[in-house]
Amino acid sequence: MPGLSEREARRLRSIARRIRCHVVRTISEAGAGHPGGSLSEADILAALYFHVMKLDPLRPDWEDRDRFILSKGHGAAGLYGALSERGFFSSELLKTFGRIDSSLQVHPDMHLVPGIEISTGALGQGISVALGIALAARLDGRLFHVFCLIGDGESQEGQVWEAAAAAAHYRVDNLTVILDHNGVQLMGPLRETMSMRPMADKWRSFNWEVTEIDGHDMCEIVTALETARDRQGRPSIVIAHTVKGKGVSYMEGQSAWHGKPPNAEELTRALADLQCATVGGTDG
Amino acid sequence: MVEAVRDAFGHTLVQIAHTNPNVVVLDADLASSTRVTHFASEFPERFFQMGVAEQNMVGVAAGMALMGKIPFVSTFAVFASRRVCDQVAISVAHCHLNVKLVGAYSGIVSGNNGATHQAVEDVGIMRSIPGIVVVDPADDIEMEQALHAIVAYHGPVYLRLTRDVWPRVSPQGYQFALGKALLVRQGNDVTLIGSGMMTSQCVEAADLLAESGIEARVLNMATLKPIDIDAVVEAAEETGAIVTVENHNIYGGLGSAVAEALGEHAPAPMMRVGIRDCYGECGANAALLRKYRMSPRHIAEAARSVVQRKR
Repeated sequence: MPGLSEREARRLRSIARRIRCHVVRTISEAGAGHPGGSLSEADILAALYFHVMKLDPLRPDWEDRDRFILSKGHGAAGLYGALSERGFFSSELLKTFGRIDSSLQVHPDMHLVPGIEISTGALGQGISVALGIALAARLDGRLFHVFCLIGDGESQEGQVWEAAAAAAHYRVDNLTVILDHNGVQLMGPLRETMSMRPMADKWRSFNWEVTEIDGHDMCEIVTALETARDRQGRPSIVIAHTVKGKGVSYMEGQSAWHGKPPNAEELTRALADLQCATVGGTDG
Repeated sequence: MVEAVRDAFGHTLVQIAHTNPNVVVLDADLASSTRVTHFASEFPERFFQMGVAEQNMVGVAAGMALMGKIPFVSTFAVFASRRVCDQVAISVAHCHLNVKLVGAYSGIVSGNNGATHQAVEDVGIMRSIPGIVVVDPADDIEMEQALHAIVAYHGPVYLRLTRDVWPRVSPQGYQFALGKALLVRQGNDVTLIGSGMMTSQCVEAADLLAESGIEARVLNMATLKPIDIDAVVEAAEETGAIVTVENHNIYGGLGSAVAEALGEHAPAPMMRVGIRDCYGECGANAALLRKYRMSPRHIAEAARSVVQRKR
């Protein structure tokens, strides 16, 4: 049954905070990566990897696992934080992010990291791959669910809408798309760069089941994801209204922090905002 | 009876799918042209009509390949290459997924559809994407053979199809191997290296050359990547002059691949016959080949001129 106890919600919120701590540390140490979108997606990743998805970090190739596709590949630092918290690999590896010979590319590579289903980073492509997995799973009578996280800037890509039409045409119900709707892209707010309003109506008109939630409210996230997962007969999208750079005061809502790593002094402020432990290890 | 390459593709795909349950087909509203209609009626549950939306089609195929399927993505060559270049590079090639891209109506002889439908750069695009095997079969026999090899090979392949019937160049009982050229005709004065339907034009050119006492070797280079370097080097060493003949721009395709092999391994005088860096137009196949200087007569002219440059 969908729903979340207050205790479980507290646990998930705490994990989301630790993911955010990884994000700012990882990106700052590497001097590369995308903090804004990695912070806005953190609560969604915590809910997926620690409550909603069926998975086993010791068996990343387990064939009945639920699949997660980060179509907005720029959020890799958030995903790596979630995977390391969940035990797919040691958090020590995060220190190699973006360095030569590292398995942690700035956009995720499926052949280098356990738990990455497909390499992404060229926007608009992951949602099609997620649809292909869902269609093939249905053909084979497999029961797992496919979750795909897309960005709102990414939604300017025509391929997203090709996939939207195809998923509805095939009445794919083993696919849930989550939109990290933080409203900000590299060059500024979406409404100025290329407005996608009305976003929810677009998806409704493509014959998707649309749920709009506060993408930082853990109860709303879990309820929406579980309801979408269990819905039959048509594809679902959860439009998560989020804040770009969520949790770091000076990054929130700022397009400047789309792809800019914080320097040492900025990192200290970010860690303080997020109440992260100051030296490595456990964050609360 | 000789079939068009696209028909041999359509029939052979059905044969293979009877024994290989992983073969699936995706179509962008061109199934009747690419001949995957046979597959669609035989295996409707494994046929996915994706509409006129090629970018999504390539990504969906990548997802299916992740699930162990062998997806054939079929559309016209112009769309299979230009339209979806980034999807092929990132979702398929970078991930080294087992997706088979089928580009029908390739080159200038594309059913009188004119420049928008004439793929003159598809081989160049595909050859420059890391890890993609590129195959351009000459005739129905080679198509059938090549399709078995392509399914047996695990990895991304770009398969180029032609629309119409052209003279057969493969012998009966021919065993195709990926990356191996076929010696179609023996000769020691010059080598004509063709691919796709242009190999049949090379054979006609060799007949013309024989009349003037030049014995031309004809090689059919069905696999454009990886190219058969040994066969190219042997031809250069034994005949001393090379003419490449392709249904494609002279940049990026067979001519470039052969020049790369010669330059690194066995420099020899060569000429490229193909589309000379321009767009095509409507017209019957024979008229197009004449106007764009790709007919047997033009191939023979190129051969005579390169023979004069032999040391």
